[in-house]
Amino acid sequence: MKALALLATLVTGALLLYGTRDFPAWGDPAAPASTYLSPTYIEKAVEQTHVPNIVTAVLGDYRGYDTMFETVVIYCAGMAVVSVLWRKKEEE
Amino acid sequence: MRDLNEHTAGEDLIITTAVRLMVPFIQLFGLYVIVHGHYSPGGGFQGGVILGAAFILLALAYDLKTSQKFMTVKINAILGNLGAAIFIGVGVLCALFGGLFLDYSALDALIPLGPVAWRSFGIFLVEVGVGLTVMSIMVLLYWNLSSGGAMDEGL
Amino acid sequence: MEMMVDEVVAKYNYWIYVVLMMIGFYAMIGKRNLVKKLLGLNIFQTAIILFFVSTGVKKGGGIPIVDKYQALAGGVDAASVVNPLPHVLMLTAIVVGVSVTGVALAVLQRVYREYGTLEEDEILEKVQQ
Repeated sequence: MKALALLATLVTGALLLYGTRDFPAWGDPAAPASTYLSPTYIEKAVEQTHVPNIVTAVLGDYRGYDTMFETVVIYCAGMAVVSVLWRKKEEE
Repeated sequence: MRDLNEHTAGEDLIITTAVRLMVPFIQLFGLYVIVHGHYSPGGGFQGGVILGAAFILLALAYDLKTSQKFMTVKINAILGNLGAAIFIGVGVLCALFGGLFLDYSALDALIPLGPVAWRSFGIFLVEVGVGLTVMSIMVLLYWNLSSGGAMDEGL
Repeated sequence: MEMMVDEVVAKYNYWIYVVLMMIGFYAMIGKRNLVKKLLGLNIFQTAIILFFVSTGVKKGGGIPIVDKYQALAGGVDAASVVNPLPHVLMLTAIVVGVSVTGVALAVLQRVYREYGTLEEDEILEKVQQ
């Protein structure tokens, strides 16, 4: 069983390492992750929101919808733990 | 401090004295991280976890029932719901005043500060809501997981 | 040989994170204890978060917190500030990881209370009876 798991891990690792062949180089300013929308956020965030921390401005203003569902997710996790584990001490 | 003098549930004198001195400063630092999220790394999630960690430290040094005297289960539930309600309430309020959902500059019709200043203030209100929810859920998770559901003993 | 060294220098961070991901993956499928599987899930998630944040680095860039009055007067150059979008997405991912770990630990406590053991093969035997 463990030999099979090790084989599956090695095959998956080899496939992933082969997939990093056409990644952009580390630290490239023209990488696709940094070209479509994030220069707009970096240049416009301080003058549109007066908040110098660009990460907080994007989290609270430009992507506020995601943060709202994030709060709902952690609230639901609390409710799930209470509903799974809550018990009175009489039933033992 | 006078309340904690009467609780002899903690085992070690050094640990209880050190925790008694440290918890107010940890809570103050957590509030600082929430409020200062505009100018330094921080914000709602990080500050909420630090605030929750202060209560968990109190529960670890003393007994679980002692920490429930400082934040009762009812207050914990109220704060958790209040945090999520603040977030969604700000969004609905923005929609009621003519803008889109979570468009903070539409609240300019309520108190005239300027649309750009309202965006900064809207981010701050929303971070306070997130911080309250995260704090109460962290403490609730610790209570439930360490006592197996019935909140009597703890670790 | 020059091309090999160039390739290693350009991509070694991705390789390190793939190795970390595979360590977590082996722990999830190769171990028999349920708590060890949960720890493997956490290692996998940490590797993914680090991988995502490292794709946004720019050479010579600083952190995405700028000077307010300088930015209002002059403007911010997009090539001198690290990409902030992966940071934002990974804040959400960390909170989701904490939630999943909390609920999984609660379910593990119920499993232990019900079957008395946390080994996967013993639980399968007791379920199939």
